[in-house]
Amino acid sequence: MCLAIPAKIVELNGTTATISVDGASREVDVSLVEEPRLGDYVLVHAGFAIHKWEKSEVDEWEAIRAAAGLPGVTT
Amino acid sequence: MNTLVSTINELARRVGRDVRLMEVCGTHTMSAFRSGLPQLLPSNVRLISGPGCPVCVTDTNYIDAAIALCRRPDVIVATFGDLVRVPGSPPTGGSLERERAAGADLRVVYSPTDAVALAQENPAKQVVFLGVGFETTAPTVAASIVQAAKDGVRNYSVLCAHKTMPHAMEALLHDQEVKIDGFICPGHVSVITGAAMYRFICEKYKIPCVVAGFEAWDMLKTIEMLLAQIVEGHAEVEIEYSRSVNERGNVAAQKLLTEVFEECDAGWRGLGNIPRSGLAIRAKYAQFDAAKAFGVKFEAARPHPGCRCGDVLRGVITPPDCKLYGKTCTPTDPVGPCMVSIEGTCAAFFKYDRRAAA
Repeated sequence: MCLAIPAKIVELNGTTATISVDGASREVDVSLVEEPRLGDYVLVHAGFAIHKWEKSEVDEWEAIRAAAGLPGVTT
Repeated sequence: MNTLVSTINELARRVGRDVRLMEVCGTHTMSAFRSGLPQLLPSNVRLISGPGCPVCVTDTNYIDAAIALCRRPDVIVATFGDLVRVPGSPPTGGSLERERAAGADLRVVYSPTDAVALAQENPAKQVVFLGVGFETTAPTVAASIVQAAKDGVRNYSVLCAHKTMPHAMEALLHDQEVKIDGFICPGHVSVITGAAMYRFICEKYKIPCVVAGFEAWDMLKTIEMLLAQIVEGHAEVEIEYSRSVNERGNVAAQKLLTEVFEECDAGWRGLGNIPRSGLAIRAKYAQFDAAKAFGVKFEAARPHPGCRCGDVLRGVITPPDCKLYGKTCTPTDPVGPCMVSIEGTCAAFFKYDRRAAA
């Protein structure tokens, strides 16, 4: 139940952001993360961004995934 | 990955005894089984699954109360999908799914805020959200209550059974039947709480704690870090999942939790009543507390005879040790919650590990 997925913010309107995952769009609440910006990567749980990843952290995750033959953040 | 496995083998040899590492997050359980991790580990290192699946630790009396609410014609029950198939108390052992088949208005939602929207769209009905989950989920439910209060939504409430991790982990360390040499700490709970929350476990019980990410590599690295601490005789909090977790956690989410909830004692399936391990809705938000609004009485929890989910949740047995496992209890026709939830140890075992267990 504590699953959280990394996703990229593709639209931002106040505390509501649109994220895109595997081609599906979803509005999420970004009020729990500091200074969300368009293009930021966030961890999303139950309709809320609970953490913001820096670019280096996205790269780290994608490297781990790539080594296992798995895709990274898909928009 | 191969280098990590080699290091783990070497460290395990240096430990020179059996080591039991408990993961207390259902998502870790799934990740471990899915990637075949238990088979990669040396024979003296065992992963045991703890009470990390919120659905699994929710007692039957909560399901019974949710079913009773579902039967009211003036109520729409909104829930995360995980909960709908969990059987209530015997002898009937009904589930929310069965109630829906019988005509109850049950909606599966993606976010608690969807349930608030549902209440706004259905002003003639009362919408009750089933608030189950750990520190990761509880802030999202708190946010839904704050939003409902702000928007003057009077027909929204939460049947609250949120639980918190640290005192449940401590209770396991007091359990004579449970032997734990290290904790693989839950990654997304820790995003919210911060890793400092586990420090008392290291200081008081000398048990190493490492906060883990969810890829197979993260979990192997975590196991390496735990074994290294055990070899060196250390007991510290370390963060493997540093791309998401820091010492302090998400302060905005913590503020929201404090605003809406207060600590309470909570009943855990398999672990019994654990002081200070639950979250109750504060009096300030009493109108959003479904238990108060509907005068819900929680009867004593009655587990199914023969179901050993409680022992599975404490890591005392593995699923095949339960006589119901794979016979009367299967993912298509589950008896216990550990077989219902996709993050339940029995369901994960059934899906990924049957050959290894044979």
